[in-house]
Amino acid sequence: MSTDYIIKKGHDIKLIGEAEKTIVDLNAKRFALKPTDFIGCFPKMLVKEGDLVKAGTPLFYDKYRENIKFTSPVSGEVKSLVRGAKRKLLEVIIESDGKGESVDFGNTDIGKINKEEIIEKMLDSGIWPLIRQRPYSTIADPTVLPKAIFVSAFSTVPLAPDFDLIVHGQGEAFQAGLDVLSKLTSGKVHLNISAKNTVSKVFLNAKNVQINKFSGPHPAGNVSVHVNRVDPLNKGEVIWYAGPQEVISIGKFFLSGKIDSKRVFAFAGSEVNKPRYYKSYIGACITNMTSSNINGDNSRFISGNVLTGDINYKDGFMGYYHNMTTVIPEGNYHEFFGWILPGLNKFSVSGTFISKLFKNKKYKLDTNLHGGERAMVMTGKYEKVFPFDIYPMQLVKAIMVEDIDLMEQLGIYEIDEEDFALCEVIDTSKTELQKIVRQGLDLMRKEMS
Amino acid sequence: MKVLRNFLDKQKPHFEKGGKLEKLHAMFDSAETLFFVPDKVTSSGAHIRDAIDMKRTMITVFIALIPALLFGMWNIGYQHFLSHGESADFWTMFLYGFFKLLPIIIVTYGVGLGLEILFAQIRNHEVNEGFFVSGLLIPMIVPADIPLWQVAVAVAFAVVFGKEVFGGTGMNIVNPALVARAFLFFAYPSNISGDKVWISDKADAFSGATPLGDALVGNFDNFPSAYDMFMGFIPGSAGETSTLMILIGAVLLLVTGIANWRVMFTVFAGGYIMGLLFNLWGANEYMLLPAHYHLIMGGFAFGAVFMATDPVTASQTNKGMYYYGFLIGLMAVLIRVFNPAYPEGMMLAILLLNVFAPLIDHYVIESNIKKRLKRLKVVSN
Repeated sequence: MSTDYIIKKGHDIKLIGEAEKTIVDLNAKRFALKPTDFIGCFPKMLVKEGDLVKAGTPLFYDKYRENIKFTSPVSGEVKSLVRGAKRKLLEVIIESDGKGESVDFGNTDIGKINKEEIIEKMLDSGIWPLIRQRPYSTIADPTVLPKAIFVSAFSTVPLAPDFDLIVHGQGEAFQAGLDVLSKLTSGKVHLNISAKNTVSKVFLNAKNVQINKFSGPHPAGNVSVHVNRVDPLNKGEVIWYAGPQEVISIGKFFLSGKIDSKRVFAFAGSEVNKPRYYKSYIGACITNMTSSNINGDNSRFISGNVLTGDINYKDGFMGYYHNMTTVIPEGNYHEFFGWILPGLNKFSVSGTFISKLFKNKKYKLDTNLHGGERAMVMTGKYEKVFPFDIYPMQLVKAIMVEDIDLMEQLGIYEIDEEDFALCEVIDTSKTELQKIVRQGLDLMRKEMS
Repeated sequence: MKVLRNFLDKQKPHFEKGGKLEKLHAMFDSAETLFFVPDKVTSSGAHIRDAIDMKRTMITVFIALIPALLFGMWNIGYQHFLSHGESADFWTMFLYGFFKLLPIIIVTYGVGLGLEILFAQIRNHEVNEGFFVSGLLIPMIVPADIPLWQVAVAVAFAVVFGKEVFGGTGMNIVNPALVARAFLFFAYPSNISGDKVWISDKADAFSGATPLGDALVGNFDNFPSAYDMFMGFIPGSAGETSTLMILIGAVLLLVTGIANWRVMFTVFAGGYIMGLLFNLWGANEYMLLPAHYHLIMGGFAFGAVFMATDPVTASQTNKGMYYYGFLIGLMAVLIRVFNPAYPEGMMLAILLLNVFAPLIDHYVIESNIKKRLKRLKVVSN
């Protein structure tokens, strides 16, 4: 049983440097958990530098929700705790000993286990953070019964990783994960696939779920879009969501009783010599991807995609939820009369550059802002890439003035900062929309708790 | 190019915080960004950005205005020599108009940009490019013979009271260019209305009435043909006369997606439908004027393409734009036919709907909010 949804508004940004479909071993030695990957989490350490850990040993927990623990993805030694301004904990770095030892949480029969047992086991083993919730995109609240769970089997971001490739041969674990998830909700588990690109049997033959087919330009792959079309979120309601690799991790855990943080990462972008896929574990150090595989020496390393990813470093670590690393050139140069030239190589959704005539052109884009910050002048532009029944500019302005009632009325629960990424890209005024939306969501979260 | 860059880099420290020319920071900044797109990179959110910025947007509108502007210069000369019964060649006519319009343009930009930079400096932000377009619009909607000091006063009024008191670019309620024109219209009516001002240096014996002026007093004997009005061989302000040139600009604005087609289209539709309604009523000769005449005479087309579409003062919701545009067209023709005091209704119609646009948006957004609440109630029942 499947339903088709067609997304009309949006835009696919076509970039140079898509990852070739081969997977090589990353051979990462160091791994890190970054507490900053978890929205609203305030880490309290359980280990100190020099401690020996196994995969599954708790590293820290959340001060505000003490039952949510974060465990080591690999076995090895706690190498260092990296702190930033005001001693904020940024990274807990583990050096792998290569032995692959794991804490054993015991076997379970997925058919018989009930909801409470599942939640308790997941919290104990530290794999609970794999599930996130909407609104707010925080780690799911285990005390809440979500009205549905959404799994997105495809991505529409620029240079998106191919999940068909990533999940290849993992059908059993994926199905086990879905079976577990289906016990956690009062409603359905929705597996959302691409009508055009999803061909993997792992997804198409999945059982115990409702399969929804989506087609259309980015953000057709975003969770909010799926929720909005399939089962819109109202005030007070909660849905949970997870990606395919997270579901596989959950499945493997319940099949074996040991945590398995294996991940496949896409390594893409115009600055990458050999863009391809790498396999490793959550939080892997990317230095083996980037060393002698980058063109040019002025590059931006992004954990995640170019629309929503975090700024990373050449020898930094993968983000907890990220499936890819992108490398694009930095744009810190002055362009002579750039605003008046016809612009054959300029990317723009507007029709003001000649490049608009070439529909399928792939671009090499850098991080230049292409202009200074200005007042919001242009109207009706966000709507073209924003496939929700929400007024984006009005919502952003409501957030800027911190009008909580208005934010709620305009539908802030239904969206996430990533949904504003395209609006931010095409914005003439160069306003930092994602940052503003995140502030709005944080404000709502504090007000509502 | 390199020399210029080096020069700017050398001067930059003086204008930054702590430099001796810190107070002129906004001025330096606007000069620097005129030559070079800044080297600023993304620091939060999306790492890549669209190549469009405010300058690109405004230059597109500027280019869209050029056909009407050039034609207007020629037409000023053409009308002048016509009234004197003299014949002149193309360049004589063009240059006559060029030198009539140039001082107005210079005064407008001088006063307007000066104030913009001053406000940017006080508010400590970069100079917004909005006036780049307003500064060209204003000379195109006033008579060629208008005293320059009046232009200066009107521009100052428009920038300060039409825009900056509301918080600057993006916050204004009404279109600044139209504020300038409305100011002139009510403060110095003798220089901007009547049948004497629309032909530059007119010979006394020649009637200088615009089609609108003729229509208002019921003088349809020497009414220009639709062709003349569409092409623009009629007296009027520099920008408004040639519907053809305005439409060329309109095509550019629509192809580039800078102006919203919803507004443009509905203004024309509103005007045309009001004209048809008057045709049905037919109480006097003006009402019987073919409906499409309304779209090609006076400032209707110019207002529809360049004024009503101003994204800041127009309705900001797609649904609201239909109402906003339609009502502008409707009101403009209504004022023309009914109001005995002003022959032209476009300026007042746009200003009126500028004021009402937030109200229209309010109801559009309110219906969106209600829809969301309804969904919530269905779920909780």
